[in-house]
Amino acid sequence: MLVSVLNGFSIGFLLFILAVGLSLVFGMMDVLNLAHGALFLVGAYLGAAFSGAGWGGFLAALGLAAVAGLVAGGILSLMTEPLRRRSHLDQALLTLGVAFVVAELLYTVFSDDPLSVLAPPGLDGSVSVLGAVYPTYRLALIGVGSVLAVVVYVVVERTRVGALVRATVADREMVSALGVDNRLVKAAVFAVGSLLATTAGVLGGPIYGARPGLDAYVLILALVVVVIGGLGSVRGALLGALIIGQVDTLGRVLLQGVEGAASFILFASLAVVLVLRPQGLFGGPVGMSR
Amino acid sequence: MSFLAVRDLVSGYDRSTVLGGVDLALDRGATLGLLGRNGAGKSTLIMTLMGLVPPTSGSVQLDGVELAGRRPDVIARAGVALVPQGRRVWATLTVAEHLALASRRRGTWTVDSVLDLLPRLGERRGQYAAQLSGGEQQMLAVARALLTNPRLVLLDEPSDGLAPALVDQIGAVIATMCAEGVAVLLVEQDLHLAFEVAQEIAVMEKGAIVHRVPTAEFRLDPGTAHRLLGVT
Repeated sequence: MLVSVLNGFSIGFLLFILAVGLSLVFGMMDVLNLAHGALFLVGAYLGAAFSGAGWGGFLAALGLAAVAGLVAGGILSLMTEPLRRRSHLDQALLTLGVAFVVAELLYTVFSDDPLSVLAPPGLDGSVSVLGAVYPTYRLALIGVGSVLAVVVYVVVERTRVGALVRATVADREMVSALGVDNRLVKAAVFAVGSLLATTAGVLGGPIYGARPGLDAYVLILALVVVVIGGLGSVRGALLGALIIGQVDTLGRVLLQGVEGAASFILFASLAVVLVLRPQGLFGGPVGMSR
Repeated sequence: MSFLAVRDLVSGYDRSTVLGGVDLALDRGATLGLLGRNGAGKSTLIMTLMGLVPPTSGSVQLDGVELAGRRPDVIARAGVALVPQGRRVWATLTVAEHLALASRRRGTWTVDSVLDLLPRLGERRGQYAAQLSGGEQQMLAVARALLTNPRLVLLDEPSDGLAPALVDQIGAVIATMCAEGVAVLLVEQDLHLAFEVAQEIAVMEKGAIVHRVPTAEFRLDPGTAHRLLGVT
């Protein structure tokens, strides 16, 4: 039970790092970025490429993933700009196409076989937590994830840059009427959100490995988190991610051996939230209207 | 040439044309009250001047610089500010955050001087805009526009839903802006406010300005007011 709860937290914080960028870009600019899962996959394969190369390799993977994320976010922001006034379907088609291309390129380079990723030295063992044996890396992930979550939260909720981001989520026209170019805000949020997604891919490597289909799996989890938490809300993304982390791991423990039970519970909880609170836990009516 | 010179401005939404050729001139330090029935195109004119509705054709010059068809942020940096219909303050931001974001250009108006003018906002600095009363939200929308240190302010029904005392306060702020040399275009249903602050009254009908006279003259001509606005 304790192990399941801890697993839930480690997955939850990882999901938050992944989902927060998706949520802000969607809530802010109304751009649905289905390439977000592919960004995670880029990070995962970078982690795999440097797997076993010690701390140097792990940090190199993180650094490369961060740069790749920033660049990819900037490019995606430019690519989606002409589609800003078009429907979500057009944006979904474009970004899904990008996701397929990126994923295929990765499989071509790294082969179709699932790759496992080693945790960096010192974190590859296990420790005893209140009598239960638990992987050290997952514990470290809870620590790193919670620190990252706090940093993102403080930046968005307590700084002037964060106020600009929240204002753009709430009413971007009025932000532009103050003299701020919306496209720059969008590009910056896209870049940072993509950086967090690729970083999450590296951090999640020792848990998920790197394999075909992983991008779609994490994208769906992130979309569920965003819908449950409410579009454009950092608080919502955090709470949604922690809930989904627990629901996912608890479902796997309680319904062990039942085929598809975990995803049933995942989507059932999504359905419950959609019925009771369609705007998400922290989504305001403002986010709904656009 | 006038400070603001609008010529044959055509604009609308999707395929429906709302403004069918608006001509408008406004000088520095002048306030024009823009009246008209619902659907006459007053708000569309305001939104087109701010660049939030792209014009189909025509010209908008501010101090000789062409602004028609430019992005709203470019128009804002040229010195145009908007107090929109429905206030449109950012619900998830505090009053202080609104003021900080709006203070992007140095000038006469600073956070301190705006709070002197609208002291109620000072008491509410730490509160989120969603928690403010309608009147306080309107004050915040006005403060946000002022802090950009604009040369032209577009106000779209600032008195809507406000108590008379608050309407008077809005009127005082407009008079102060005017005295500072700011040009003001005021769309209003509240004739009292328009008559109080505007030197001239213009009336829109079917997407064009059909009548423009000094305020005193408009008030002495109830027949025309009744014909154009349906009021007595």
